[in-house]
Amino acid sequence: MNNYKALIGLEMHCEISKTNTKVFSGAKNSYEDLPNCNINAIDMGFPGTLPVVNKEAVKKAIMASIILNCKQPEYLYFERKNYYYPDLPKGYQITQETKPAPIGIYGELTYECKDEIKKVRINNIHLEEDSASMVHLEKESLLNYNRAGVPLLELVTEPDFHNADEAVSFLETMRLIYQYAEISEADAKKGQIRCDVNVSIMDSDLDEKNPNNWGTKVEIKNVNSFSGVRDAINYEIERQIELKESGKYDEMPQQTRRWDEETLSTVYMRAKVDAIDYKYFVEPNIPKFKISSDWIETIKKEIPELAPERKEKYAKEYGLSNKDARTIVKDKILADFYEECISLKCNPKTASNWITGNILGYLNKYDLELKDIYLTPKMLVSIINMIETGKISSKQSKDIFVKVIEEEKEPEELVKELGMTQITNEQELISILEEIMDENPSQIEAYKKQPRLLDYFIGQMMKKTKGKANPTLASKLLKNRLDSIIGKETSMKAKVTDKCIGCGSCVAITESKIFDFNDDGLAECVVEEISDEDKELAETARDNCPTGAIEIEEE
Amino acid sequence: MKYMNKTIEELHKLLIEGKVTSEELVKESLELSHKIQDKYNAFVTIIDDAKPKEVTDNLLSGIPYGIKDNYSTKGILSTGSSNTLKDYIPFFTATSIENLNKVGAVPVNKTVLDEFGMGGTGTTGHTGVVKNPWDTTRMCAGSSAGSAAAVAAGVYPYATGSDTGDSIRKPAAYCGIVGYKPTYGMISRYGLFPFASSLDHCGVLTRSVKDAAIVVDNMKGIDPKDMTSWDSSNMNLYKSIDGNVKGLKLCYIKELCNIEMYQNASSELKEHLENFKKSLDLCKELGMEVEEVSVDKKLLDALASVYVVISCAEATSNMSNLTGLIFGPRGEGNNYIEMMKDYRTKNFSSLIKRRFVIGSYVLQSENKDRYFHNAQKVRRLLVDTWKNLFKEYDAVILPVGSGPAKHLDNSKNILDNDTVLLEEHLQIGNFGGFPSITIPNGFIDNLPVALNITGNCYEDIKVLNIAYALESEMPYKNQIAGGVSNE
Repeated sequence: MNNYKALIGLEMHCEISKTNTKVFSGAKNSYEDLPNCNINAIDMGFPGTLPVVNKEAVKKAIMASIILNCKQPEYLYFERKNYYYPDLPKGYQITQETKPAPIGIYGELTYECKDEIKKVRINNIHLEEDSASMVHLEKESLLNYNRAGVPLLELVTEPDFHNADEAVSFLETMRLIYQYAEISEADAKKGQIRCDVNVSIMDSDLDEKNPNNWGTKVEIKNVNSFSGVRDAINYEIERQIELKESGKYDEMPQQTRRWDEETLSTVYMRAKVDAIDYKYFVEPNIPKFKISSDWIETIKKEIPELAPERKEKYAKEYGLSNKDARTIVKDKILADFYEECISLKCNPKTASNWITGNILGYLNKYDLELKDIYLTPKMLVSIINMIETGKISSKQSKDIFVKVIEEEKEPEELVKELGMTQITNEQELISILEEIMDENPSQIEAYKKQPRLLDYFIGQMMKKTKGKANPTLASKLLKNRLDSIIGKETSMKAKVTDKCIGCGSCVAITESKIFDFNDDGLAECVVEEISDEDKELAETARDNCPTGAIEIEEE
Repeated sequence: MKYMNKTIEELHKLLIEGKVTSEELVKESLELSHKIQDKYNAFVTIIDDAKPKEVTDNLLSGIPYGIKDNYSTKGILSTGSSNTLKDYIPFFTATSIENLNKVGAVPVNKTVLDEFGMGGTGTTGHTGVVKNPWDTTRMCAGSSAGSAAAVAAGVYPYATGSDTGDSIRKPAAYCGIVGYKPTYGMISRYGLFPFASSLDHCGVLTRSVKDAAIVVDNMKGIDPKDMTSWDSSNMNLYKSIDGNVKGLKLCYIKELCNIEMYQNASSELKEHLENFKKSLDLCKELGMEVEEVSVDKKLLDALASVYVVISCAEATSNMSNLTGLIFGPRGEGNNYIEMMKDYRTKNFSSLIKRRFVIGSYVLQSENKDRYFHNAQKVRRLLVDTWKNLFKEYDAVILPVGSGPAKHLDNSKNILDNDTVLLEEHLQIGNFGGFPSITIPNGFIDNLPVALNITGNCYEDIKVLNIAYALESEMPYKNQIAGGVSNE
């Protein structure tokens, strides 16, 4: 591979799923229903029917064009692409060629690939209608015209990718754009995303800016998943290198191949010379339509917050790590779930920990999607609140979480059913504690030398309370009691880590006595040692720090 | 014949006064349909169970009419006069027909056309040749042949037509009646089987100008299903006809009308152009100015080719939906390609196939600039030329064709390359979407001949007024064909 470099371009088709109706007819835009239900005379190409452009679809297409930094045309035109196939009832597809002007030309987009920022040039993006979907059986083919006429965006990049990672990272970025801009669900499983990939290789020492140095272009049709794109690119690069090495590369004609998912290989379809002549001409039934700059400005203002902006917000405002922020924005449904939790006044860090930890862990384990499970943001926040108020332990919360999903019940209901309320009453715990002290004199003696034996006492406490003792409280009470028995003075020190964002909550809570701002506007601990009477205050400050930046050590 | 030879206004009056019922009119029209069908072969379908309708204030209520068979009619066979759709019963009705039916008009038959409107003879429909009611050895011209024959024979006061090159205006001329196609987009095309979408117009064939105005008033209107339609609700054509044409300026084109342009002019042609001159004199008597203008002959000579290129290209694409897979009789074969091929080979006439070949050829990437794009440029030049004329003149007046109806037996027709332009010039009305009307202006050998008036877009009222003023001064209004049989 080192002797060669690959030039890869993509054609990405994505259905606009977020319009009520199809792009040129009033039939419902949805194919999740029974086959051949969402159709009308226009979709089926009955004689005398005429297309009527769906303005909402045009708006979404313009939005995509703006996001991709493309130039929008002054007038909207459509063209006919003429060819015969059973999935195309009219015998032509209404689409946009590069002449006179598609919905967007000559844009560019930056995307992240393995922590590097890359740039890809967009040749054009255009709006067209989808064809019917087909199922090929052994002896016959079935047609579902629900998909015929669904609005489709086709995006064509320049050959700016050099490997499969870049191409797939770009596709993932695009998917997020379509999702966040409310253009499409962009779900490859539903067939909403389909790609054609073109691959050529060239000697790595030649200048790729000069098209004369480019190798022979091979187009691979109908790659319907991102992993397929990755595999197809890698396969095709290998194949072409082998041809080079064996001296057969120059005989290879410019050609179209198709990706075969079963054999994981590309299969020859036709040479460029046999390409179909689509006989494009301007669709006469759709008068040219002026796209006013006012309209473009309005659409610009309506672009929702996209993934990169949300990611930045999560990191900066909510103090999430880059990794967590990226994990959450990677799926719009997850990000929306997260924001819903925050709007329910949940601590952003805690919500993030739950989502990236428990929730994603569960979804991955059972190969589920967030929308498939019963848990709502409200339920999650209620679980978190119950932990924070000490009503349930963190261990109990995990059981509740799983049971909410599996039994489809409200968290409060489950807590009640399972008798999971914690003992947080200090007096109650102290009376049990006294029992434990009486029963374990030798362990108390041993504790002098082995402070780790605290765990033993906590275990005893749990045993006696059947696990209902609030562990933090129990641990604190036990430690204080044991230390006073053995006459040990404890000292406490606090420190503020670099997670601090300078929110000032600890400064306020301790009234600048323990924590105060330093010259950088961040908090720092201003006492050497925390006195016994301030211990509780310091712990409150720690527990309220939104970024978890305060660490308290006891000696 | 008791009533069907009357005008719409007359029939409406009789209906309102209770002197005749819708039922009687429908019955008479159906009887006449059957009677002339044997003679002229004008209908694909006679709607025997047509029901009378309530008579209201609307002039068309309760009155029978005919529909060209390329309009989609729900529950009624709609073939486009093609074997490809010989059993096709649509589940929706064309907007313009819906508009007529809504006001109480009663369709009684579907009329024969040249297959999908692609022809000018009335001889290529799948149900056979349509004969001219003035002389059954003559053609009606096309493609609205059945509509023209039926209106001329007095089956009803009007029938709908469609016009891509001259398909309303030429048959109207050959059958001695009025043919009017309004400005492009005034009548919705939704439900009209397309031939060449940028040239296709809906329109009507009647026996008087006022009847044409009444019918179009009721067919027209902006239609959310046709993006090329526009709102004409502020235009009432019928009420705007006052015959006041004083001071209007007309022009005719020297290259078409001057007999000296034709080296081997036949006596028919001479007579036709002489007769046309008389009509021009009549215009002057009516207080209009008439001037001769000259147009670049080279540009005019390109007209017919431009029409062939554009219409065939659009037709090839428009008729790609006819595969027999979703509707139409499914073809035989081992795969979809064979099935489509079988269906299209068997069912299209050779004339249409020839046009498809031309259409495909001019759209192929290696030919597109030379033919299709150039044709579009010349179309624009021709339209601009006419638009310039309209800056100075209210309308262009020209003779239709080179004489009366042609013989069905082609060997009897005089082939004359010089007159191609006379035969084809009405296509300019389609290139520009101009309102254009043909009215009878005389007889040659006992056969009707006609003139045409074409105006600028949206100036339908002016065009109708000129036609009405002329019609009023000539004895050809409301004429019914004599029914000469030379067989």
